[in-house]
Amino acid sequence: MGTISRLSEMLASKQISCTELTKKYLEEIEKANKSLNAYVAVTEEQALQTAKVVDEKIAQGKKLSPLEGIPMTLKDNISTKGIETTCCSKILTGYKPIYNATVWDILKKQNAVLLGKTNMDEFAMGSSCETSCFGGATNPHNTEHCAGGSSGGVASAVGGNIAAYGLGSDTGGSIRQPASFCGIVGLKPTYGAVSRYGLIAYASSFDQIGPIATSVEDAALVYDAISLYDEKDSTSRGNVNGSTFDTLNNDIKGMKIGIAREYLDGVRDDVKNAILEAAKVYEGMGAEIVYFDLPALKYALPVYYILACAEASSNLGRYDGIRYGYKTEHYESIHEMMCKTRSEGFGKEVQRRILLGTYVLSAGYYDAYYKKAQNLRGAIVKAFDNAFESCDVILAPTVPMTAFKMGHAVSDPIETYLTDICTVPINIAGLPAVSIPCGFNANGMPIGMQLIGNKFKEAQILNAAYKYQQSQPDKFKATKWGVQL
Amino acid sequence: MKYEMVAGFETHIELGTKTKIFCGCTTEFGGEPNTHCCPVCIGLPGTLPKLNKQVVKYAIMAGLATNCKIANVSKMDRKNYCYPDLPKAYQISQYDMPLCEGGYVQLSNGRKIRLTRIHIEEDAGKLIHERGDTYVDYNRGGVPLIEIVSEPDIRSVDEAREYVEKLQQVMRYIGISDCKMQEGSMRCDVNISVRPVGSEEFGTRTEIKNMNSITYIAKAMEYEFERQVDLIESGGKVIQETLRYDDATNTTSPMRGKEDAHDYRYFREPDLVTISVTDEEIEEIRSSLPELPESKRERYVTELGIPETDAQLLTKYRKISEFFDEACKDVKNPKTVANFIIGQIFRTLVTESDKEEFNIKITPAQLSELVKILESGKIRNNLAKSALDKMLESGKNATEYISESDMAGLDDNALAELCKQAVESNPNAVADFKGGKEKALKSLVGFVMKNSRGKADPTAAEAKIKEIIG
Repeated sequence: MGTISRLSEMLASKQISCTELTKKYLEEIEKANKSLNAYVAVTEEQALQTAKVVDEKIAQGKKLSPLEGIPMTLKDNISTKGIETTCCSKILTGYKPIYNATVWDILKKQNAVLLGKTNMDEFAMGSSCETSCFGGATNPHNTEHCAGGSSGGVASAVGGNIAAYGLGSDTGGSIRQPASFCGIVGLKPTYGAVSRYGLIAYASSFDQIGPIATSVEDAALVYDAISLYDEKDSTSRGNVNGSTFDTLNNDIKGMKIGIAREYLDGVRDDVKNAILEAAKVYEGMGAEIVYFDLPALKYALPVYYILACAEASSNLGRYDGIRYGYKTEHYESIHEMMCKTRSEGFGKEVQRRILLGTYVLSAGYYDAYYKKAQNLRGAIVKAFDNAFESCDVILAPTVPMTAFKMGHAVSDPIETYLTDICTVPINIAGLPAVSIPCGFNANGMPIGMQLIGNKFKEAQILNAAYKYQQSQPDKFKATKWGVQL
Repeated sequence: MKYEMVAGFETHIELGTKTKIFCGCTTEFGGEPNTHCCPVCIGLPGTLPKLNKQVVKYAIMAGLATNCKIANVSKMDRKNYCYPDLPKAYQISQYDMPLCEGGYVQLSNGRKIRLTRIHIEEDAGKLIHERGDTYVDYNRGGVPLIEIVSEPDIRSVDEAREYVEKLQQVMRYIGISDCKMQEGSMRCDVNISVRPVGSEEFGTRTEIKNMNSITYIAKAMEYEFERQVDLIESGGKVIQETLRYDDATNTTSPMRGKEDAHDYRYFREPDLVTISVTDEEIEEIRSSLPELPESKRERYVTELGIPETDAQLLTKYRKISEFFDEACKDVKNPKTVANFIIGQIFRTLVTESDKEEFNIKITPAQLSELVKILESGKIRNNLAKSALDKMLESGKNATEYISESDMAGLDDNALAELCKQAVESNPNAVADFKGGKEKALKSLVGFVMKNSRGKADPTAAEAKIKEIIG
């Protein structure tokens, strides 16, 4: 049974009150956060208020919905009314949204207990959480390593048991990569399955909100809850295929699991071996492993970095110090005010991506970069379409390695970009993918694998993921941190 | 050397939808600053636009009314520039796939001003400069606009004036905008160049931005034409630049700031999906359009025999023509109706906006009734006119002011009696007439007319008076 269902049962059977449970989490946050740096804001008061409401409901003998009273967290780019939402950027210092993101509206209605907002790479740009203006979150398996990024805070909190689950966002791997680094489960839904309304945009045509949890069933439960059609998001379609939770335990005999040869190129040996081992596990369960070629994969990184940065350069133009957030102190003219605000407010990585994005959209360069990348995006979409003609799900590493040491990623940005190779193609094609743990390296750091599905086939990948989890429980090892119930 | 003017227009028109283009805020003009706003139209982080379907419909109506081809597939793009009145730092507009392409507006001289395109976009907020500080009001931000881009087909100030008036007239007819230039719901950018008469090549153009009055457009174009000609004549060169027109000095001067040459880094708006319009939907919109002023005018002239100038007056505003159409039903001669409207009703409508609103007390059926009584020959024109004047004041029916006896006519005895009275009570006039003053007879006839409440036949009265006087 997953953490969420277990806690929900404890609440329903009055083994623990929601207030006690919430206090327990808050106490553990207090202890662990000094080392993990997962939370950038703790919302104790609101959490206890919600807990009280849930306790009253329990006292009245009312039935709880699956996520009711469960302590959780949100990445700091998901808008929460009245609660500072900074994207871990200095430029949004003090910004308190006046509205809720749709996902938070949904969960809030179910009395989800928000413990706080979690750390992330600034504006979700980074792979180690270290571009955060609050410093990076560390890995609960070994705090000398990073939690990954950009949703590093959520992964660190969930992996460190100081949140039962959390919502992250995934633009090029930002849910899956930290989940992989922290040995937990992260689902990046199909583009359009979960509303983006209220998610502070990095790259609009790639961004997608999804759950990070300690088990596949928890991820399924949360996904089912948040994947609703939202009229406020024109690209929203909701979960068109119904519950994923109900089909988790379906037999996967005869399921065709594809492995793209290119996906194993350049992958570190321990990671590669873990993937091949996982393939064997699946074969043992009666699935069929199919190898295929995906040559378009080599374009994925440039396509991603060109298009995502282009969109980012436009999305981030609104931070000018005029209406909200950080504003420089000394200026003579409005032009100087905006320039200084941005120079002081944006970190280096964000500035790099804004400049890159501005460049590829500029007259004279548009055709050579943006347009070409757009065309190649089409080719990658097609390549995956073709792949799914010969298999049901694709098995691949999530990251070609395990968690970096703290400080490593920021020292070499280009090399760090390259580590996104396994995750970005999925965002380019708008597909769903779940990362689950599939082993540990010699130093005990978790290795993750992705199960990639065709559009809106979340049920299928979660089914395959759950089956693996059930047969390999030792791969899903809890850390020493946080709430141990 | 003789020069000719070459001009093209970019016209922004605010659409009269109830709500803004990407959110549910009201589009109403005015209001306390920043009260017609929400997280979406002030571009708060994380918000997303949602395209108002009515905007697409209105833009298609504009396209069809100006003979454009409507694209089955179009999309929205981001036009990136940084200015405090634009809270997202990009304007959502249409770049390479506009909703409408390739129409025209026909002028009275027969020339067609071709339209390159019509696209939809959002308006920006407004900067207010006060006591050395600058404030932003985002009420206007997100109000839907169409931009109508013409080819450089305009050759004179008169053509320019007519082009703008025609656009204004058509857009008001189809009801998509009030096109109030003084309130900014219609604004023009004028691209203007000059070239020697007979030359095929275009000269270097300048762009006069944000003109909000037809008078100023005309003045600015005249000024700019002269300026460019003088410059060339004196051996100089026109520089391609953006100009501002100053009505106080009646001059143009180069603009600085955001309107300077810009790289807008257009790219597809990822937050919105493709706009698809089927042929069936386009046809449905086409069939819902009212009859346009051009075709009405033509119909009035050829089918109803209305003189051209009258037809123009009657079609200038939609409400007038609709009143006219309605009032013409079942009458024998629509010209009579036209004359009553232009002659008498217009007299009660002082300003242009009075005419446009056409807020009068009588219904078309009431006018129609009056005309039918007149056409029956039972009353005379002057009685009908005075009845109409009273009707316009009170809103009552014609029969309130035209009695049964008015319509019964005047028998010979009654006429003879009235003529007798006229002669008896106006001895001076009779004496004058006898003395050879033909004019004196007129005043005697006038007496008869007055006392018969206009029912008498003046010719018969004249004959009878002569007979009495002998």
